[in-house]
This record gives sequence, structure tokens and C-alpha cells, in this order.
Amino acid sequence: MSFQPVHFYQTGTFTVGNRLLEPSERSVQANIQRTNSLNSGHRACQGCGEALGARYAIDAAMNAARGRLIAANATGCLEVFSTPYPETSWQIPWIHSLFGNTAAVATGIAAAIKVKKHKGEMGDVRVVAQGGDGGTTDIGFGCLSGMFERNDDVLYICYDNGGYMNTGVQRSSATPPAARTATTMPVGPEPGNQFGQGKFVPAIAMAHEIPYVATATVADLRDLEYKVTKAMGIRGARYIHILVPCPLGWGAASEDTILLARLAKETGIFPVFEAENGEVTGTLKIRRKQPVEAYLQRQKRYAHLFGKKPAVETIARLQAAADKNIRKYGLLDQEAN
Amino acid sequence: MEKPFAITLDPGSSLANHTGSWRTSRPVYIDRLPPCNKQCPAGEDIQGWLFHAESGDYESAWRHLTRDNPFPAIMGRVCYHSCEGVCNRGQIDAPVGINSVERFLGDEALKLGWKLTPPSSESGKNVLVVGAGPSGMSAAYHLRRLGHSVTVFEAGPMLGGMMRFGIPKYRLPRDVLEAEMQRVVDLGVKVNLNTKVDNILNTMQDGKFDAAFLAVGAHIGKRARIPAGDAAKIVDAISLLRSMEGEEKPMLGRRVVVYGGGNTAIDVARTAKRMGAEPLIVYRRTRDKMPAHDFEMEEAIQEGIMVKWLSTITQAEESSLTIEKMALDDKGFPQPTGEFETIEADSLVLALGQDVDLGLLDGVPGLEVTDGVVKVAPNMMTGHPGIFAGGDMVPAERNVTVGIGHGKQAARHIDAWLRGEEHVPAPQHEVANFEKLNPWYYADAPKTVRPMLDIIRRQSTFDEVQGGLDESTALFEARRCLSCGNCFECDNCYGVCPDNAVIKLGPGKRFEFNYDYCKGCGMCVAECPCGAIKMEAEEI
Ligand SMILES: Cc1cc2nc3c(=O)[nH]c(=O)nc-3n(C[C@H](O)[C@H](O)[C@H](O)COP(=O)(O)OP(=O)(O)OC[C@H]3O[C@@H](n4cnc5c(N)ncnc54)[C@H](O)[C@@H]3O)c2cc1C
Ligand SMILES: Cc1ncc(C[n+]2csc(CCOP(=O)(O)OP(=O)(O)O)c2C)c(N)n1
Ligand code: SF4
Ligand code: SF4
Ligand code: SF4
Ligand SMILES: [Mg+2]
Repeated sequence: MSFQPVHFYQTGTFTVGNRLLEPSERSVQANIQRTNSLNSGHRACQGCGEALGARYAIDAAMNAARGRLIAANATGCLEVFSTPYPETSWQIPWIHSLFGNTAAVATGIAAAIKVKKHKGEMGDVRVVAQGGDGGTTDIGFGCLSGMFERNDDVLYICYDNGGYMNTGVQRSSATPPAARTATTMPVGPEPGNQFGQGKFVPAIAMAHEIPYVATATVADLRDLEYKVTKAMGIRGARYIHILVPCPLGWGAASEDTILLARLAKETGIFPVFEAENGEVTGTLKIRRKQPVEAYLQRQKRYAHLFGKKPAVETIARLQAAADKNIRKYGLLDQEAN
Repeated sequence: MEKPFAITLDPGSSLANHTGSWRTSRPVYIDRLPPCNKQCPAGEDIQGWLFHAESGDYESAWRHLTRDNPFPAIMGRVCYHSCEGVCNRGQIDAPVGINSVERFLGDEALKLGWKLTPPSSESGKNVLVVGAGPSGMSAAYHLRRLGHSVTVFEAGPMLGGMMRFGIPKYRLPRDVLEAEMQRVVDLGVKVNLNTKVDNILNTMQDGKFDAAFLAVGAHIGKRARIPAGDAAKIVDAISLLRSMEGEEKPMLGRRVVVYGGGNTAIDVARTAKRMGAEPLIVYRRTRDKMPAHDFEMEEAIQEGIMVKWLSTITQAEESSLTIEKMALDDKGFPQPTGEFETIEADSLVLALGQDVDLGLLDGVPGLEVTDGVVKVAPNMMTGHPGIFAGGDMVPAERNVTVGIGHGKQAARHIDAWLRGEEHVPAPQHEVANFEKLNPWYYADAPKTVRPMLDIIRRQSTFDEVQGGLDESTALFEARRCLSCGNCFECDNCYGVCPDNAVIKLGPGKRFEFNYDYCKGCGMCVAECPCGAIKMEAEEI
């Protein structure tokens, strides 16, 4: 089963903390002593979803690993904004790999730890690999698939902002259909990213039948922390794919980051679920279903759909894709709807 | 710089980079005024006391509440709770049951014997309060807490004013009223019962009072000019209700007609019903035009009380009344139709409103009386220096809560006036209306309904009609509060900041921004559930 929210204590578990809950039931982020793995002073844009998602995820992993954690990080915004020489925002052992090989670097670290443990030279240390969607679903995909099929003891976290944001918003295989980037069709009858291309890596990870695969967003902290913690309790290859809105690349207001992640989930555009050994075992249900327009209209990358003549057909296709997710992953509670 | 093997950068060294310089606007923590607080005629800090109740700390909740209103158990029964009408939660599912939690706290205090806080020092000033109704007793409480010596002169034999001699027992049990009045007396308030003040200036001089607060209420029943035979039994509602408190219950006969459409008319009819009569309310307009509250009419109808709408009484005889049918004109005013009808009636009760007996003010210079009520300045002072007034005798809505609010305001102004100063109320914060909230975060929780006495007992006894909440339902209800405009320490701002620029100060201490690193993205503002953070333009 997926994360079980507290039914009613004013805000239940929707908020980060809740003074009415036992401290042990509160989130890692609510803790005054959280690691702040990614500390202040980084150079991410205002309202960066990736910076937020990374702190959420790595703090939870640090908590689960009792502070014994090493992270490998692919090239991309997260790496660039956190470590401009001679400064770093990281407060954990952290290594920058290449753009495309972070899964392999993490595998190597895990192997080294295994040997050292075996020789009695060190205790247990856990390994996380992290990268953007470009580094994960495109250039790093070979290394990632290898890490999966060998079932290496690494938790891989992909921060999906739907494009190569660090180099100026180019299309990746995780860019959603109809979204405009610097390298998608600028004009014509159907500008924006094409339908029928790209891939959904969580499903591919599931096809490897690794022990654990999950998706999450920065809008549901408790669910995200639950998944990272659960993944850290498992050995072998694990994959968590987190939707992290990018104000710059999406053409959105900086204060809308969490709202957009929430709308992606509430519309069904981004399914939030978990899977064990290739089977879906839990879904985060839609709470207040919304039409896709509610999500699309707040982003300039979809502005071309809402001109004088709204692209009704395209919007309908996006709605159909969301509805398909809802059916496929059972995102609506049957009783409630 | 020498570093260990494979270490190139010092952990967290980015703190040297003050990204706060990017900011063009800054978040600031604020307290907004919750709509319920703004609405409460007694000026209660509802959100504030609910905050304590939410954590199950009922005593702190009660103490916080009684800073403004010493009568929560009474409030929880007779207050018309206009606060609930404006409660933001009403836009999510249903308003918070503020009134029912208030009653729970009031009852809990009576059960456990909590005492009001006595004054910490004595001012040496002597203040007279005339009238022991809600307004007078509220003023007595607040004046006493401010350290003044307070004496209440009350014409009647008991405390409570119209709460005792008007509001029937089935809505306000007398032990509750008695206990909350006594608790104020216990603070050292002197009470002279059966002492009617005939001339306020003489009384003040004789008792060496430095100031006076008048709250004599409105007790003279308005009469209508109805031609009546000698044998017709006509009484006014207020005298009738008052006699319910005495030993001898009034004799009304079986068919009692109540004339009027206000809350008093309904209380009289419900009282008559409980005495075994068959009451009929006659009102000249329609139900939607009635001044009575709809919930009271509803409860009366449940109890089997009949109403004749659009009717006026034109003639009264020993056992019958003549009634003329009315029709509403286009402006909604009732006009006679010339159609008459005779109905049987053993007695007629007039519930047509009340006038104020201003006899005690005869000859006082400086007063201004309009429409039978005494004008007061915003500081509740009449035109005569040192004489303040409130409650039903001044121009305002007439209900218990308004009277209590007047008593509180007057006490603060009297206190300042006695020191030769002026009490300046703190400026009000901007209102936390629904648009300022982020309702996503509040869990679903439908309102708890209070139990009602079964209908048979409501028709034949004076037992209390509406029940209270128990501990668990009261806690549930308190927790439905959204804490509009006031931080309730949900940690959202602390969590959602991508720049880790919010400092958590610990339980009860709220948060601070670290402007060295805050980039001004506005996420904390957008995700604060209750609207306790605001974005302000940075001076650049
Ligand atoms: C039947 C009925 C039902 C009501 N129900 C409700 C309700 O459910 N909720 C609500 O909020 N309001 C209700 N009201 C209105 C409410 O009772 C009054 O608005 C409120 O009591 C006014 O308070 P007060 O202190 O101004 O005056 P009162 O309560 O009228 O008290 C005035 C006191 O002054 C005394 N007094 C008068 N003259 C003198 C004098 N010269 N010297 C000494 N003492 C004097 C009187 O004996 C009395 O005790 C109801 C009113 C009636 C008539
Ligand atoms: C082999 C290689 N090719 C290209 C680049 C340039 N490059 C750096 S970051 C980046 C895009 C990263 O996109 P993504 O992985 O989605 O991360 P994001 O910046 O969006 O978080 C690119 C193309 C590189 N560093 N290495
Ligand atoms: S939700 Fe709470 S603070 Fe807001 S208006 Fe209602 S009672 Fe007042
Ligand atoms: S979320 Fe953080 S960076 Fe953004 S405005 Fe609030 S404190 Fe500043
Ligand atoms: S987000 Fe929560 S913790 Fe922060 S100011 Fe608002 S209520 Fe308080
Ligand atoms: Mg990306």
C-alpha cells in the first residue's frame, strides 16, 4: 500500500509539519535538525523545483541511512548550481560524475564499499545516484539500464523537469507532448513537442523488474519521503522519478512551483505510484480532479495552445493522455467518484 | 588550501554566497484578522482560543476566551453566533461550530471550577454599574480586572437582566446563568439587588462614584392600539416571561395568541406550549420578513407552534380576536385587504418590541436621546462626562453579545478616562479573507452536529433543547478551524523553501526569514495554508 495519510488533525499529513501530530509522525523536513543536504547559497533560480526536490529526497535518504550516504551526481542544473568552484552547497559526501555515467559511477562506489566492508575496513554506507531527466532518460540511459539489470545496490533519483534546462531548455525524451522548448517546432500547425515520441522511464524501470520503482512530486512531501525511506530499506537497484517544476523552462511564476506539481498530479498528467518487482503496488489518489487546462494555462511553454484560437484538439489529446493515466494507474478513488 | 584525499570543496561553503541580493520582493510574517474575530460583537479572539482548544488545552482556551468575554457557557447557548456566518471554513464545507466549542469550554469551566483571574492591583477608583444584565456584568468584570472597585445596582431580585427575565430556561438553564454571574461577583464586585436607581446623579454623589456605566436594558413592552372588550385578557410578552421566574405562573388559558414576529414572540409561544397551551403566532408579514432568526422559527415549528402570516389583530374580545388579512405591496410592506376573520383566543400576548425606561436620567444635563435610546460617543460615553452607557439602552443591535461587547469597550474607556487619558484601540490588522488562504492543505472534516432534545420533552418540559458537544467532538470541531491569518506552525514555509531560508525557532516560537539567502520566490507565501505571510516589494 501507498503512503497512508493521517485522516484528520486539522491538516492531516498534507502540510510539512503538524503541531498536533506526535514528533515521530512528522516529516523529516519538519525537523529543526534536518540535514539540509543542499544548503543555502546555491545558485538555482527563484522557486526551483529541482533544488527543493533534491533537498527533500536526500534529507530523507540521509535520515534513513543515519547520515551514512554518498551521492553521485550527473551534470545538469543540480550539479551546476550547487557546486560552482570553490563553493559547494552539499553537506554530504558528493561526487560529480560525467553527464551520462552517474549510474555507473554509483555502481562503482557501491562495489568499492562492498569490498571495504568485506575486508572490515568500513561499516555500511549507502549510495545514491541523481541526475536530471536528460542525464537519465537520454544520455545516461545505457548506464542506468545496466545498473538495473545487474541489480546494483544503488538508489537512483531522477529529477524530471522535462528538458535540458541547464543548457537553455532543449527537448529531452521526457519533454511532454505539446510543450515548447528551444529545440521543438517553433511555428506551424502544431508547434511544441510532438505527440508519440519520448518515453516514460519509470515504466521501463519496472520492466527491469527491479525491487522498487516509484514516482513522486514536490507537491506531496509526505509521499515523497515515504518512498525514499522505503527505497532505502531495500537492497539492490531502486529508482525514484520526481517531477520538479522549473519556473524558467516552463515559463511559470516562481511561486507556482508546488502548485504546478500538484496540478500535474491532480489532473492525471503525472501519475504518482509505486511498484515492487515490476508490479504497481500503490497509487497516490487524485484528491480534487481538475481538467488539464488548469495545469497547462499557467505555463508559457503551452501558451501556443491558448491563443485567440485555442488548440482544442491538442488540449483534448492531452486530456485523453491524462485520462489514460487515470485508468491505467487507478488514480481515482472508486468510492469517492 | 590543504584538503583530505579526494576532497575539493568544503561542505556547505556556498553560505559565502548571499543569494538574498537577487531578491526584488521579500516575504514577511504577519498576523491577519480572522473574519470570525472581526465579526464577534464581544470582540473575542476566536482563532486564538480555538488554537489552544485544538491541542486539547481547554483551560488555556477558556482563559484566552475570557480575556474578552466572561460568559462562554451563556454565549454557547444564546449567542446568535454571527461569527459562524462569516467563517472561512464555510467556503470549504461548513463553518466551524465556534459556538458549540465555546459552550463546551464554558461548561468545562463550570464543571471543573475554573476561576477568573483577579486584578493584580487596586486603582482606588470607584465605579458604579447600573443594571445586572449582560452588558452591566461584562463592564463590572472588565472594570474589576483593571483594578477598580465596582458596585452594581440592580432593580430586580436576581442577576442576569433579560437573560433571566426574558430568555426562557429551555434555552438558558438557570444554574448556568447563576454560576457565570457568581464567578464575576467572586472577583470582588459588590452587588446591591432590589435597588432601583431613580436619579443617577444623586446615586453617584451619595456613593462617591468616580464614573458610572448604565445598562438598564429595554423592559417596557410596546403596546399596540387594539380596541378591546373589558373582559379581553391582554398581556405584554416581557411581563409574561418575567412572571415565569416567579412562584406564581401566569394563567393564559388554552388558546394563546402571540402577536409579533421577533424572537420574543417565538420564546413566548414556545413557553406557552410547554405550559400546556396551544399557542398561535399572528404576524403581519411573511416568514422571510420576520425579524426572528430562522433557526428559532424552525425549532418552534418542530415543536408544533402554528403561525398565521400576513395578519393583523383589529379587535380583541374575551374569547375571540378579529384578524384582518394583509397583502404585501411591491415594496414588501403589508397593506390591509378588508378581509376579516374571527379566531378563538383565551388570551393575547403582545410581543411588539420594548422601550427603555430612562427615568433615572431625568434632569441630567448634556444627554442626547433619539428614538428612545441614549446616544453615546465611540468611547461609550453619553453626553454627560463620566456617565457611560451600553446594551439595549443605546442605539445598536439588541442582543446579549452586543451588550457584552459594549461592557468591555466601556470598561476600557472608563479606565482611561479615570486616568485622564484616552483609550486608543490597537489598529486592526487586514482581514484574512478566503482568497488569502491555501485551502488545499486542510483535511476534509464535516461539521459536528449538536444533539437536540427529543420532541416530546421539548413540548412539555423546560429542559434544555440543545445539547453540548463531548470532549472528542469538541476537539474535532476546534480542529476544523483554519487558523485564518495566524500562523499555526504547520512548518510549510520551513519545508517548501528551496533555499532553506526559513529558520524554525521551535514550538510556540514560530519562524524567521533568513534574508541573506531568501531569493524572494514567493513559494512560502503561496503555500502557507492560512495566509500568515505576505510579499512586500523590496526597496531598490
Ligand atoms: C424573550 C427574549 C429573548 C431573547 N433572546 C436572546 C437570545 O437568545 N440571544 C441574545 O443574544 N439576545 C436575546 N435577547 C436580547 C437580550 O436579552 C438583550 O439584548 C440583553 O439582555 C440586553 O442586555 P442589557 O445588559 O443591555 O440589559 P438587560 O439584560 O435588559 O438588563 C438590564 C438590567 O437593568 C436593570 N435595571 C433597569 N433599570 C434599572 C434601574 N433604574 N436601576 C437599577 N437597575 C435597573 C434591570 O432590572 C435588568 O436587570 C432576548 C430578549 C428577549 C426579551
Ligand atoms: C557529454 C555532455 N554533453 C553535453 C553536456 C552539456 N550539458 C550540461 S547539462 C546539460 C543538460 C542537462 O539536462 P538534464 O539532465 O535534464 O538536467 P537539468 O539541467 O534539466 O536539471 C547538458 C546538455 C555535457 N555536460 N556533457
Ligand atoms: S476557520 Fe477558524 S479562524 Fe477562520 S473564520 Fe473560521 S473559526 Fe475563524
Ligand atoms: S520560499 Fe524561501 S526563497 Fe522563496 S520567498 Fe520564501 S523564504 Fe524566500
Ligand atoms: S506556512 Fe505554516 S508554519 Fe509557515 S507561517 Fe504559514 S502557518 Fe505558519
Ligand atoms: Mg532536465
